[in-house]
Amino acid sequence: MLVKSINKLVLTTALSMTMLSAFAVPLDKEAAAARGLEISVEAKARDTGWSDNTSDMQMVLRNKQGQESVREIKTKTLELLDDGDKSLTIFNKPRDVKGTSFLSFSHPVGNDDQWLYLPSLKRVKRIASRNKSGPFMGSEFSFEDLSSFEVEKYRYNYLGDEQINGLDSFMVEQFPVDENSGYTRRIVWIDKEAYRVQKIDFYDRKNSLLKTLSYSDYKQYLNKYWRADSAEMVNHQSGKSTTLKWQNYAFKTGLVDGDFNRNTLKRAR
Amino acid sequence: MKKVAYPLTKALSVLALTSTLMLMSISFIAKAEEFELSGKVGVEQRYFFNEGQFDSQLKSGQSSVYLEPEFYWSWGDGADSITFKPYYRYDGQDDERSHGDIRELSYVHAGDDWELRAGIRKEFWGVTEFQHLADVLNQTDSVEDFDGEDKLGQQMINLSLVNDWGIVDLYVLPGFRERTFTGQKGRLRGAIVVSDEHVQYESSAEENHLDGAIRWSHSVDVFDVGAYWFHGTNREPILTPVYSQSNTNQPIVLQQYYNQMDQFGVDIQATIDDWLWKFESIYRTTEQDDFWATQAGFEYTYVGVFESAADLGLLVEYGWDSRGEGDDNTPAASVQNDIYFGARLAFNDMQSSELLMGMSADLDHNAYSFIFEGNRRVGESIKVSLDIRLMQSTEPTDLLYSIREDDHMQLAVEWYF
Repeated sequence: MLVKSINKLVLTTALSMTMLSAFAVPLDKEAAAARGLEISVEAKARDTGWSDNTSDMQMVLRNKQGQESVREIKTKTLELLDDGDKSLTIFNKPRDVKGTSFLSFSHPVGNDDQWLYLPSLKRVKRIASRNKSGPFMGSEFSFEDLSSFEVEKYRYNYLGDEQINGLDSFMVEQFPVDENSGYTRRIVWIDKEAYRVQKIDFYDRKNSLLKTLSYSDYKQYLNKYWRADSAEMVNHQSGKSTTLKWQNYAFKTGLVDGDFNRNTLKRAR
Repeated sequence: MKKVAYPLTKALSVLALTSTLMLMSISFIAKAEEFELSGKVGVEQRYFFNEGQFDSQLKSGQSSVYLEPEFYWSWGDGADSITFKPYYRYDGQDDERSHGDIRELSYVHAGDDWELRAGIRKEFWGVTEFQHLADVLNQTDSVEDFDGEDKLGQQMINLSLVNDWGIVDLYVLPGFRERTFTGQKGRLRGAIVVSDEHVQYESSAEENHLDGAIRWSHSVDVFDVGAYWFHGTNREPILTPVYSQSNTNQPIVLQQYYNQMDQFGVDIQATIDDWLWKFESIYRTTEQDDFWATQAGFEYTYVGVFESAADLGLLVEYGWDSRGEGDDNTPAASVQNDIYFGARLAFNDMQSSELLMGMSADLDHNAYSFIFEGNRRVGESIKVSLDIRLMQSTEPTDLLYSIREDDHMQLAVEWYF
């Protein structure tokens, strides 16, 4: 299995790392890739086992002139260890889309399965999921920015260490495997203390810096899982930005597979 | 006289059904964990470019206002809920278009792998965009708009069972709703006004016939599949000219006759990368005739078109009906060999701006229609939409022939709360 092979890779990488650091030789290309993967595998491993979670999210969209528009979204997510997560997203604001909900079965590799429920028509529509690079509700977040992190989605390159938000952090370059991604690469700052993502720089298809995402106010849940209270995405090319604020985080709420189907999609509030 | 499309007797029988449920639930409502009031208020102005073909039709402007609040109560962590959604439109010109309806008044209980839904509800079946063949449970509220998208609430008890092999829905549908029709002063109608008096039924139970349906739906890999069987009152009336018994300024009116039907339907969508392949087909048997009809096509989406964040969707659909186009004496199907083209541009901006263009053509004779729809959000909770519809036909048996002078523009402003 993929997970096993990754573990094996991590093990061998870890061994080669100790050897490398012992000799204090700069990392060659292969070793940098292995180290980048190792850090990402560790970050994922530390955020595994939460079973399910629910949260309320507020998005504040801001254009260049500073005009704001608010979206309110509720999410329910079921963690699957042998596949991508299942999630239900319910829109509350803007008012004209209230009651609209979105069901997604994500897959680490390949297209996700997605359905949209339109309450005014009482219609469930299966939608094409290749639109990963498109904006989510007019915000600076694309669909892929909001999907769960899966190790298989990227190739890696370890760039070095840097201080960020007062924390010693790894800098890891991530290259999307999916050809429909809107990015050539992302640079991710992961702190060494708890392997939390502190900042991400996104480079567009022409490899110019497009956006920067910064997380703040991390809180720990169930003595293990770290979640930020807010995040800010700034688009350097358009001057627009979007702030996310999360509230009412809950883990292990007892959600099961049966909470994610067409019926629950239609009923979700 | 302003007319409420929900006749009192029917309203009472519905009330009997729902009030039992309401009474059962009223004690729970007191304990409701959640109550929400939302909804919309709208103002709509239509402008017709030409004078109507028939005497007494309104000249050019048609104004109306409408209100659709939604009351929602839930308890038991959302497992039980009651939704009440009344609707009323006041139209300044067409008395028949001034009408009210209970879009929804229902109780829903969700178990682990089943749901019970009872009361007045709307249920949509199908996958295609230009014609909804498979969608059969709710009656069309045709005075709302002539595209057939608006539906009247339908009384039903629906048990929904979730299995590994799909969802099975069982429906018992007590009572039937007559279709709404444009009045004498209204545009977008045929030469003879449809009367809502002396409505005839095949069933001796008339509008109280107990209808039933069973539907299976499932998602397998890229396919979303549904199949159903419906038995009961045909939602499409047969219209026959008769001498009017009441109104003297309309000597001849069309009388509605609803026969009984059995309908088998399937709807399939394959979602493959940027392509949505859609197929709907029905087989209907009635005392008058048996026929097949199919609507099929695709939707392709260009993501991030013109180097922007916008998506461009292209749609092509084809409609066929085994009854054919008929002739002057026995007009058959309105969609029998018709092709549809559409383009949808979603800007994906802060205001959710959208443009939709569509065209339909009857391949058997000269009949075309064009639609243009644009909408966007203004501020946080106002939605503005502009529609333009153009119709052209030289074939008297075609549905569009009688509305060929009814090209119009429609502006709607809706406030959501």
